[in-house]
Amino acid sequence: MKVSLFITCISDALFPPIGEAMSQLLARYGVRLDFPKVQTCCGQPAFNSGYWDEAKASAKTILEAFDDSDFVIAPSGSCTGMIHHYYPKLFEHDAALLEKSRRLQEKTYEFTQFLVQVLGVTDVGAYFPHKVTYHPSCHGTRLLGIKDEPMELMSHVEGMEYVPLPYAEDCCGFGGTFAVKMSEISGAMVEEKSQHVLETEAEVLVGLDMGCLLNIGGNLKFQGKPVRVMHLAELLYEGVRNREQTAGV
Amino acid sequence: MSKPQGSNVKERARTALQDEFLIDAVKFTTERLKNGKKAATAEHGNWEEWRERGRQIRAHTVAHLDYYLSRFIENARAQGVHVHFAPEGKDAARIAMDIAKHRGAKSVVKSKSMVSEEVHINEAFEQIGIESIESDLGEYIIQLANEPPSHIIIPAIHKNRRQIAELLSKEAGETLPPETQVLAGFARRKLRDKFLEADIGLTGCNFGIAETGTVVIFENEGNARMVSTVPKIQITLMGMERLIPTWDDLEVMATLLPRSATGQKMTMYMSGITGPKRTEDGDGPEEMHVIIVDNGRSLQLGDPDFQELLNCIRCGACLNACPVYRHIGGHSYPGTYSGPIGAVLTPALNKNAEEWHDIANASSLCGACYEACPVKIPLHDMLVYLRNRKVERGVTAPGEKMAMRGFKMLMGSHAWFERAVKAGQLGQKLLVRGGVIKSRIGPLGGWTAYRHIPALPKKSFREQWTKVTAEAETSFKPMTDEMKSRMEKIVQSRAKGGH
Repeated sequence: MKVSLFITCISDALFPPIGEAMSQLLARYGVRLDFPKVQTCCGQPAFNSGYWDEAKASAKTILEAFDDSDFVIAPSGSCTGMIHHYYPKLFEHDAALLEKSRRLQEKTYEFTQFLVQVLGVTDVGAYFPHKVTYHPSCHGTRLLGIKDEPMELMSHVEGMEYVPLPYAEDCCGFGGTFAVKMSEISGAMVEEKSQHVLETEAEVLVGLDMGCLLNIGGNLKFQGKPVRVMHLAELLYEGVRNREQTAGV
Repeated sequence: MSKPQGSNVKERARTALQDEFLIDAVKFTTERLKNGKKAATAEHGNWEEWRERGRQIRAHTVAHLDYYLSRFIENARAQGVHVHFAPEGKDAARIAMDIAKHRGAKSVVKSKSMVSEEVHINEAFEQIGIESIESDLGEYIIQLANEPPSHIIIPAIHKNRRQIAELLSKEAGETLPPETQVLAGFARRKLRDKFLEADIGLTGCNFGIAETGTVVIFENEGNARMVSTVPKIQITLMGMERLIPTWDDLEVMATLLPRSATGQKMTMYMSGITGPKRTEDGDGPEEMHVIIVDNGRSLQLGDPDFQELLNCIRCGACLNACPVYRHIGGHSYPGTYSGPIGAVLTPALNKNAEEWHDIANASSLCGACYEACPVKIPLHDMLVYLRNRKVERGVTAPGEKMAMRGFKMLMGSHAWFERAVKAGQLGQKLLVRGGVIKSRIGPLGGWTAYRHIPALPKKSFREQWTKVTAEAETSFKPMTDEMKSRMEKIVQSRAKGGH
């Protein structure tokens, strides 16, 4: 069974510890991740801006990278959503690529979906003694319906105090090029989101999408607020390490 | 504060964002409406099934619009209604003016109608010396302020109570306290006279029922009922897509619309008007006209990307759910309709005119609009399609085109992607201070005005892969049989075509 990692361009270049956490966690369940290096980016930045030819050039690297994988997992609801929701549109006029994209859709999972839905894992045995709040990213929840999976994984983390984020379902204002093109509107949105994060008095903000976390985390840092921002894979892995170290593994 | 000024969305939004009164007022009311909807839909239950039923009814009607329009027209005419067809907004205004002139009308009293805003009916009447008064309280307020509505359902959503008291005090010629009862009481007395004086009552139409030629109006204030019963002549403006096939379908719409719009289980008044007053009727107009307005709607028919726009039932739920609308208000949008539906509808109705396009960029594509929509219009997708059409027409900014060509080159092959990341790792040294980038130069400026950027780590994930995978191997545990069989089952179900 070939389980491949679609690392996503943002985590590849900016957040390598996420891929490491995924590899480490999954190894504990007997999954050896495969990493095809021809992958670049799902194409979303160009697709959402309306540049579909440009998006195709990038998306084709993804089709090629995972053609012979049995499962593909990505640490992003947004990039997974791009494959599931928009590849059919992107490749609608090319029968061969459309068929390839259809096969990719049925085997591509966001990280928590894979853990919970495919492996059936809800308790990774983590210990994480911190106050944590969670931002559910729009594309993960609205395009893929990811709601229960992260909650279930977090509910089994020992020592962790979970504080619900007020107005959690509101967009953080990232929106890719939106944050640059409409920077004032995006800025007002992220400031509101940060405000809600700060109201929880959480030490850690966790999420499933590094685009959103880059945005919220960047704003919190800009404001000089010491909230730690993590992908859920990182939190779970750190929690597992905490437990293993106490047990002397 | 009047309407935000500026030639494009970005500039108008900038003004709006600085107007605390406006933003507070909009946030306060959208929040109330959103919570109302949430509670009402949860209480009703099976909301997803109701949405799907609503979508089906609307999609079916729009797919067979020619048939249902002719049914509606035939049945309305059989009841004595004069039916007119207006290809464009100005035609609708001209038809209404002709009726008014022919009957020697001096004043018109109106109930709420978005299509009348679209065709600028008040201005048209004014030009020929006919007074046209809005009788919906919100519409009345913004008419006094000489502003267009900034929300489909709550036209004066951008005004707070104090601002409304100022406007009404001016009209009253005395200082009215900012108390809802006093203000509404004043408007009620004032408008009562207007109802009695008016020669023409002008209404919109929420739904036209094809099987009986009936105009159905939803409202909360009772003013539309006054407008459609007191004056001798009634003119109804109806967007050509407002139809539903039968009264049974109205049940679904009456379930979806008030809950989505205001969180009400039922609208206060639902009037079904089938023809003018009959001899045995106690009230009603002696003469009734329905003007069916196209004004760009038929352009969406047969367009696979935008036809679903015609399914809209104008509830405003997408505005209340939209985080962008909440921050910039309705007047930042260029057309009659604001929020996500306006961002798509305005360019679509205006033949995708280039000057309207920048509104499609004012969205983070979060999908809250789609989630809120009672008839499941994929507005978040349509915004992307609009952006794509602009690119296809070759009218995007040269800098953007260049950036996207760069994207294509760098992301089109992993070798180039790897080189670009390497170049970034080395080149960022000039910009990084304390592990972050704060510089506001070039395209980064919009981002770094609100956020720091983390510096690129020395090595990308792919550069560390060999090490990562070797380290993970030390924690490797064999997979349980249960997991193995779960995975195998999933793979097998794909081969059979199920997933």
